[in-house]
Amino acid sequence: MAPPASLPATSTPPPRASLPALFRGFLAIGLSSFGGGLAAWIRREVVERRGWLDDRQFLTGYALSQLVPGATNVNLAVLIGAQLRGVPGVLAALAGLMLVPTALILVVGALYLRAQAAPGWAWIGTALTGMGAVAIGLNLATGVRLARRSLRGAMPALVMLATAIGVGVLRIPLFEVLVVIFPLSLGLSLWQGARQGSRQGSHQ
Amino acid sequence: MIAPLIQLALLFGGLSLLAFGGGTAVIPDMQRAAVDIHHWTTAPEFLAFFAISRAAPGPGSLIVVLIGQKVAGVPGAVVALLAMFGPSCLLAYGAAQLWHRAASAAWRQHVERALAPIAIGLTFASGIALIRGTEHDWRAYAVTAAATLLLAFTEVSPLLLLGAGAAVLLLAG
Repeated sequence: MAPPASLPATSTPPPRASLPALFRGFLAIGLSSFGGGLAAWIRREVVERRGWLDDRQFLTGYALSQLVPGATNVNLAVLIGAQLRGVPGVLAALAGLMLVPTALILVVGALYLRAQAAPGWAWIGTALTGMGAVAIGLNLATGVRLARRSLRGAMPALVMLATAIGVGVLRIPLFEVLVVIFPLSLGLSLWQGARQGSRQGSHQ
Repeated sequence: MIAPLIQLALLFGGLSLLAFGGGTAVIPDMQRAAVDIHHWTTAPEFLAFFAISRAAPGPGSLIVVLIGQKVAGVPGAVVALLAMFGPSCLLAYGAAQLWHRAASAAWRQHVERALAPIAIGLTFASGIALIRGTEHDWRAYAVTAAATLLLAFTEVSPLLLLGAGAAVLLLAG
């Protein structure tokens, strides 16, 4: 059977995500994302395992989620939920993402406050540090994977480097970095598009 | 009973809208308010809360439910959760709507292309910021480096590595 003629031929619609699937997907993210680096887990689930978004859509959502104040990964869940299923999608994604971790953290926090006075509990702090160190590696590895897949050319690589150094090393406020970098990157994209267009190049 | 709940709501509601670049951006402000101004937690408690919320699954900003719980039990945790995530989620939803409306616009593709390298840069930046935010000694650096390489170039399970990271530091310490 032929697809309806009104469908734009160029864009493939994402696989339809049901609300229970959204909830389960983000529940899996919420359960497995020990140690932070949540964006990495979200990408794993939403792009690699379920194919709801492609890498470019994910990166756009990720960048947007950074532009909006608030916890980046929670914003990302809102953006993905909204994109896939509107308001119910947002609620399903948020519930899946937050319910179990919130309950778990409250229990651990209560235990910690009770055990705090008792001697011989320093090893918990050490174990937490070790898990945190791996979690940071997960963040960096996601950067490596995304860069290998999505970065083409020297100029985007420079934009990436400038962002990483400006925000991560020099600790310039994100807002100030974006005010400079985003127009630059946008100009670059327009210029490259124009150049490719005049060479009859057809990028996807 | 009600006064601390209002204080929690005001503090975290405000921080929610200030957290540009993610939840870690407002951790210093949060610490000052919880430890120095309201005396809700001691400094070591705040640090432990931070570590717990980072090591536990889910968003790192869930540290607010620990503070809320310490201040006012479960109601405090609920108020802290809603105040920290409500305002920013509404903004994110608004951004999603704007973006959706521009689905067919030609400029959207350029914006997407322009944002991609910035987003990748920010993943690295958050990793770097996390390293600098904690007291990373050489053992932790070694663990982070090994984890980065393994996770970038192999299909090893992250959960397994997290356990291994805890074990390595426990044995090396």
